[in-house]
Amino acid sequence: MRHENIEVNSGLMILLILTVISIGGLVEVVPLFYLNDTIEKVDGVRPYTPLELRGRDIYVREGCYLCHSQQIRPFRDEWLRYGHYSLAAESQYDHPFQWGSKRTGPDLARVGKKYSNEWHVQHLVAPRSVVPQSIMPNYPWLLERDLDFSDITERLKALRKTGVPYSLTEEEYKANVAAYGKEMADWLDINQAQDSLFAQARNDYDGLPNRITEMEALVAYLQVLGTMVDFSQYDEGYFVEFR
Amino acid sequence: MSESTTKQQAAVQTTGHAWDGDLQEFNNPLPRWWLWSFYVTAVIAVIYWFIYPSWPVGRGWLEGFATITYQVDGKAEESRWNTRAKLLHDLTESHAAQRQREFMGKVAEADFSTISNDPDMLAFIRSVGKGLFGDNCAACHGRGGQGVVGLYPNLADDDWLWGGSLENIQNVITNGRQGFMPAFKETFDPQQLDDVAEYVLSLSGEAPDSIAVERGKALFQGFGGGCYYCHGMDGKGLPSQGAANLTDKIWTIADVDGQKTLEEKKAVVKKLIFNGVQNMRKMPTWKGRLSPTEIKVLAVYVHQLGGGQ
Ligand code: HEC
Ligand code: HEC
Repeated sequence: MRHENIEVNSGLMILLILTVISIGGLVEVVPLFYLNDTIEKVDGVRPYTPLELRGRDIYVREGCYLCHSQQIRPFRDEWLRYGHYSLAAESQYDHPFQWGSKRTGPDLARVGKKYSNEWHVQHLVAPRSVVPQSIMPNYPWLLERDLDFSDITERLKALRKTGVPYSLTEEEYKANVAAYGKEMADWLDINQAQDSLFAQARNDYDGLPNRITEMEALVAYLQVLGTMVDFSQYDEGYFVEFR
Repeated sequence: MSESTTKQQAAVQTTGHAWDGDLQEFNNPLPRWWLWSFYVTAVIAVIYWFIYPSWPVGRGWLEGFATITYQVDGKAEESRWNTRAKLLHDLTESHAAQRQREFMGKVAEADFSTISNDPDMLAFIRSVGKGLFGDNCAACHGRGGQGVVGLYPNLADDDWLWGGSLENIQNVITNGRQGFMPAFKETFDPQQLDDVAEYVLSLSGEAPDSIAVERGKALFQGFGGGCYYCHGMDGKGLPSQGAANLTDKIWTIADVDGQKTLEEKKAVVKKLIFNGVQNMRKMPTWKGRLSPTEIKVLAVYVHQLGGGQ
């Protein structure tokens, strides 16, 4: 085909550009959906509870992912600094995943339980009051605003459609009891979504016992990051076999 | 059109089309060296496909012929090359890792007195400890361990809540702590609260002797307040309870140093006695996240920051 035919016909040009640039993406992404070993078989990974899920929504809303990645790569320096590299299994229920691509601040994939709730609250309200050199913005409104959980049931239902095992039917609930134990199965049950949110908020992540703030949800989310898999159960050679 | 462009045009082909009447486009060939470099990279790509994991095939993929060795729990393993095996290789067999492991092994086996007398090990601990402290502890205790008054204790002074020996520090890091003092809002009436605060300040010379101090002392040392139970009769603190020494001039929770007048100082001390210390002083547990040897390194590092006992 002569150059001119393409260059003067912008519809054709667009089509050909799309075809060419999508090849790279398709070849890299599509096989991951059907390869046997993409997602490692490990115990412990569960969907976020309703409170954690709302925290995650706030994480996305505030754009934390623009400065923080949640993906520890398999390199020695990252292993020494952050801990075990992230598994695909650990983000299998994340829609969309929060791997991120920029580290202005540290990776957060294993920040769960590293600091106290009080530290997180203070650090989010005023990062420089604990880390003087920090360039992270202040998020004081997280403590002022009450958490909106009016649509929590809809949010869980939407995720269920994408394959996240929140239970709606008796059968699904039973499967969750078998997989995660009764207490967690209750928390992952769409029919009890609000109750479970209240129950978890009693842990008082934000230091305000009488309120459920946006901070409550965000800290609950941060404190669970990277803590679901018990790596002491596996020998390291096991994860190599999946690649 | 100028003469030079006309000449060039004669030497180089154009793409053949003209826009707006006379606007043409040269079709210069790519420089030879560039074109050949491009072909070479294409060939290298094909070689890579054979060496490293590459194309998906069915439900698996071409694994490549390269192999790599690594150790799991001291046992040598070999597998096809992949990034995870490469990491284990780097962690167990790379030069840097082996050097580090050699020292870590020494630290793991040595007891504290041996470490304290070995300049090589101490130099190693200062450098590795700095990194570990920065990654895990600095967010609360500050880069240099200076802490934040009221929230996170200073680790660089010689005042310790839980004891300043190497074993004590190691124990705190391993198991974590929850700083706690009961609230006395129900116990003391306003006058008594005032007296006890006056006494506490007198212990470090902040308040002069007076009748109020005497009354406070009776409450502190008697069953009325029972403060002696944790802080001791002499107010010197009790490391097993994480109870502060009140007789030195170092204030870790109430910001006495930040106040100017005696009244202001008394106000912050009263506030603390009134409310107690609850759910605000949590030192996380590090066993599980850090290895026993890393914790040992940190204990020596913290001890060396200035105030180890
Ligand atoms: C402008 C970039 C930026 C944004 C946006 C940002 N952070 Fe940070 N964050 C940083 C930097 C830089 C640090 C390191 C210094 C510090 O600890 O404050 C940090 C540190 C942290 C840490 C401590 C990590 C560790 O292991 O020490 C947490 C947790 C955190 N950020 C959470 C958040 C959350 C949640 C949000 C969104 C509400 C957020 N950050 C938004 C830059 C950012
Ligand atoms: C989430 C914040 C936080 C982090 C992170 C943290 N600490 Fe602490 N640490 C505290 C608090 C709060 C206390 C005081 C507890 C109390 O009041 O009894 C403390 C106490 C201590 C003490 C005892 C001090 C004394 O006076 O007896 C030592 C030692 C210590 N921390 C070392 C470390 C080391 C080493 C690390 C890093 C591995 C670390 N801390 C990380 C919050 C933290």
